[in-house]
Amino acid sequence: MSLALLAQVTGATQDPTPITAIQDQVHVPGPDIYWPALIPLLILLVGGLLLLTFSSFLRKKAPRGIFAAATVAIAVASALSVLPLWAQVQGWDKLLWWDIHPNPSGAYTTIGGMVGVDGFTLFVTIVICAAVALAALLTDGYLRREDMEGPEFYVLMLLSAAGGLIMAMGNDLIVVFIGLETLSIAVYVLSGMHLRRIQSQESGIKYFVLGAFSSAFFLYGIALIYGATGSTNLVHIKTFMSQTVPTQNGLLLIGLGLLVVGLAFKVSAVPFHAWSPDVYDGAPTPAVAWMASGVKAAAFAGMIRIFVLTFSNYEATWKPIVYALAIASMVVGAALAVVQSNVKRMLAYSSISHAGFILMAVEAGSAQGNSAVLFYLAAYVFMVAGSFGIATIVGRKGDGAHSLADYKGLARTNPELAVAFTVLLLAQAGVPFTAGFFAKFYAVEAAVDASSWPLAIIAMLSAVVSAFLYLRIIVAMFMSGADDGDDGPVPTRAERIPVPVGAGIALTLCVVITMVVGLFPNLLVDAAEKGQPALVQYDSPSSGSAAAAGTTGTGQ
Amino acid sequence: MTAAILASEGASFGFPILPALVFVPMIGAIIIGLLPRSRPEVARQVAIIASLITGVLSIALLVDFDKGDDGFQFVVSQTWVSSLDIKFFLGVDGVSLFLVVLTGILFPIALFAAKPEHDAKGYYAWLTLLMGGCMGAFLSLDLFLFFLMFEITLVPLYFLIGKWGHGRRVYAATKFFLYTMAGSAFMLVSIVALAVIAKAGDGGNVSFDFTKIIASDNLATSTGRWLFLGMAIAFAVKTPMFPFHTWLPDAHTEAPTAGSIDLAGILLKLGTYGFLRFGLELFPEASVYFAPFLLTMAVIGIIYGGIVAAMQKNLKRLVAYSSVAHMGFALMGLWALNTQGVQGSVLQMVNHGISTGALFILLGFLYSRRHTYEIKDLKGIAKSAPVFAGIFTVVMLSSIGLPGLNGFVSEFLTLLGTFIAHRWWAVVAAAGVIIAALYLLWAYQRVFQGEPDEENAKFPDLKLTERLVMVPLLVLIVFLGVYPKPVLDRIEPSVNRILGRMEVQVDRYHQPRTQGGSELKDVPAEGADSHGGGENAASSQPSSQEVAP
Repeated sequence: MSLALLAQVTGATQDPTPITAIQDQVHVPGPDIYWPALIPLLILLVGGLLLLTFSSFLRKKAPRGIFAAATVAIAVASALSVLPLWAQVQGWDKLLWWDIHPNPSGAYTTIGGMVGVDGFTLFVTIVICAAVALAALLTDGYLRREDMEGPEFYVLMLLSAAGGLIMAMGNDLIVVFIGLETLSIAVYVLSGMHLRRIQSQESGIKYFVLGAFSSAFFLYGIALIYGATGSTNLVHIKTFMSQTVPTQNGLLLIGLGLLVVGLAFKVSAVPFHAWSPDVYDGAPTPAVAWMASGVKAAAFAGMIRIFVLTFSNYEATWKPIVYALAIASMVVGAALAVVQSNVKRMLAYSSISHAGFILMAVEAGSAQGNSAVLFYLAAYVFMVAGSFGIATIVGRKGDGAHSLADYKGLARTNPELAVAFTVLLLAQAGVPFTAGFFAKFYAVEAAVDASSWPLAIIAMLSAVVSAFLYLRIIVAMFMSGADDGDDGPVPTRAERIPVPVGAGIALTLCVVITMVVGLFPNLLVDAAEKGQPALVQYDSPSSGSAAAAGTTGTGQ
Repeated sequence: MTAAILASEGASFGFPILPALVFVPMIGAIIIGLLPRSRPEVARQVAIIASLITGVLSIALLVDFDKGDDGFQFVVSQTWVSSLDIKFFLGVDGVSLFLVVLTGILFPIALFAAKPEHDAKGYYAWLTLLMGGCMGAFLSLDLFLFFLMFEITLVPLYFLIGKWGHGRRVYAATKFFLYTMAGSAFMLVSIVALAVIAKAGDGGNVSFDFTKIIASDNLATSTGRWLFLGMAIAFAVKTPMFPFHTWLPDAHTEAPTAGSIDLAGILLKLGTYGFLRFGLELFPEASVYFAPFLLTMAVIGIIYGGIVAAMQKNLKRLVAYSSVAHMGFALMGLWALNTQGVQGSVLQMVNHGISTGALFILLGFLYSRRHTYEIKDLKGIAKSAPVFAGIFTVVMLSSIGLPGLNGFVSEFLTLLGTFIAHRWWAVVAAAGVIIAALYLLWAYQRVFQGEPDEENAKFPDLKLTERLVMVPLLVLIVFLGVYPKPVLDRIEPSVNRILGRMEVQVDRYHQPRTQGGSELKDVPAEGADSHGGGENAASSQPSSQEVAP
């Protein structure tokens, strides 16, 4: 049924009047589309395709940085186009000086119930756009340094981000799957982009094979859930489960388990994490910045929609699984990070540990937990994109200098890089007055609020273990060198690593935002609290009352 | 009732003095951070100016403090994260007042007393930031803010030890950071759980406001005990209480002089202060329940610290272990849970800051001349540097607890309080005073007496600036030893407030009283009477009554 609907979506060219305006003059059966809801997605998609098209007409070498600038512009435009939607969802009458009369106001569904627009979706959209913009800024200097200039990298990133958006707004398992695949396939290619680095090729293949495998799990899970509930639409599934008590729910449980596998792979939760250190190590570093931030954000959005919202009355089933995943991710991620000697691998494991923290907030399954997930994702994007940004720069030509030894004496050669990295690392460790601290605090608060004490304590202790890892990097940067009592040559300013302009801007943004959010968490907490997900029943326009869509669940 | 007491505004300044105490050093640190690397002397000047302003402000606070008021004074409250009722909420009472003043005095002195050997800019930036963090921790009345300040002090000290320390500095710094952070992990969970469970905010919402949580009394007994344990781990590590002390000797030995001064003088007090404010005051029932256990640990710490100190070959390590013993006295007085003990404990925190701070400054002078802390390399310094030896003697005697000097008053009060509550523990702990005399005098004998060998004969005596640095500390040592009353008068009302609340809240706890006509200090009886209110009928019984364990 859903596939049939989807086929209609692609062919449907309804006039873009809001669904409320449509009363009974619609005779052609088919989903109506509320176009404003799709603008952020369309900007990314069309922007990416236009970028590719125009660049192929360029005769001469493209002007320096033009692709990066275009990508940033597209991402920013997409993020800005979210704001009116946000105002609409929140029911504001005014956005700054712009009078908008939201109609409909509140969360709503469109395209025949395929796509849901709520505060959560929109928040994640902005987070994903931020991740794209940061990754694009990092990519600029990287491609020039590695002699790989061209638009492909950016286009893939934009398409991948579009997939992320689809995933975040998907109100139907099939749509979520389409988003997941769009997101993933672009990223598989991205990780194999560095043609002259054998590790990059390897990581591309590795990611692709394992990723395809996990997608198959996800798809099979969808099939089983369709078999058990008769629908792939999240609202229908939820309604079905609240109305019927099946005597045999084996099919549903297996389906649920397979969905967990598929999503846990994408967020690289232990024990589905084995790919991530290898892939992060091999893939081009700016692509890793995108993978670690944007891809995870999208996957967590899907997770919240599917588990916290849809399967809320199966909490007793999925919560223990997520609980175990969270503990395993935090502990294993932190413990294995400590024994690495490669900074990219360290960061890969630490991002596994971060995923554990976010899973802890997911496990809370409450409004507080959802806000904590959003806050964490937003803070995490800047911390992790900045960290991989520094790894991009320090990687030097060939993208190979990622061992801890390569960071020795960075405080002497590039003090500003060392300071920036220190701020980002301390933020990841959860030191006060950084965004990372409040993110951890918020997640712990959600867990405690849900009475998951052991989870909260294990989380904080694993944070201590990972702090050791961050300190190791800081020690290498600041406390080594001959005049600090260490053996080896004293690095001088002459060995300075050049910092490209784009990367400089990205790092400045990351550091400033990490600090500002740490000092004034209220800025982000308010938005995260308003960004609640909602499952809204789709009322087809023919049935009349389109605006009065009934809310069947707001992650309470 | 409690809420009314806590809300008392007391004296107020023309301008927000408490935020100034926190932000002046922090702004100083930021300014230093923005200075060019090539001008280290400017960094030093900025650091000195910022810390001196803060010091003067802290003394102004002391002058303006209303000594009759037992509640929080100069209160400043500003919403920070509205949905969780997290506030920038500062206030000072008799308990925190002298720790603030100590911070204000000791930091400028530490700046004058020691200079970094390289990278001056970062050194001064971290030191001033550390000062702001300590001020913030002592003044915070919001649990979230307190945790932030408590944690933020780790970062500057980590860098100070790791970058400007000696020998195995990276190891010591990392150990310090992780050890303390692990303790704090439990505290964070406790704080969050307390806020979530107490739901003290408006309309039953989460609140981190200290005064609101105290007023709400929403905790079940067992919950309170678990949460107390979570907090206690953090404070026990920070104090450090035996057996959580192992980070301290390493951190002290490898830290640069200023780092040692501030670590011993100020940062350790965060632990005992935390015990008092966020242990005793927040969890009266759990405090009474765990007091015998914690008291025992404190006494073990006194004896153990003393014995281990006596065995040390490195002077700095010796002083570090002596800190374990001295902080043991502060803890012991605290867990005696009576006016004398708690008052003595607060005074001991201040005195330990002064005496041990002074000892570390002197050791810094010694290191700058001889580049060693090893006792075996030092001999007969009294001959070559009589002034240095003289000052060292006074400071050492203050640390031992010689009557007439500051250490005596507070150690006596803590012993007195313990004697009233748990007689035999006091007897054992008193041996700690003797052990202190043993290890310090023995060390003095080996380092300062005898005929100096060739190298020690050339030991230059203290310069004028170095002598001047020591003057304020020596004055304080003598003044507090001879006339501690002004200090005790200000500490006492707040201590009585805390213990009075404990009497109201915990059925089996009654303040033990001294016998009438005893020659002991007469503060407790009248102080407690004025406070116990309705409870007095039940509690003003003869002194044989002891704290039920």
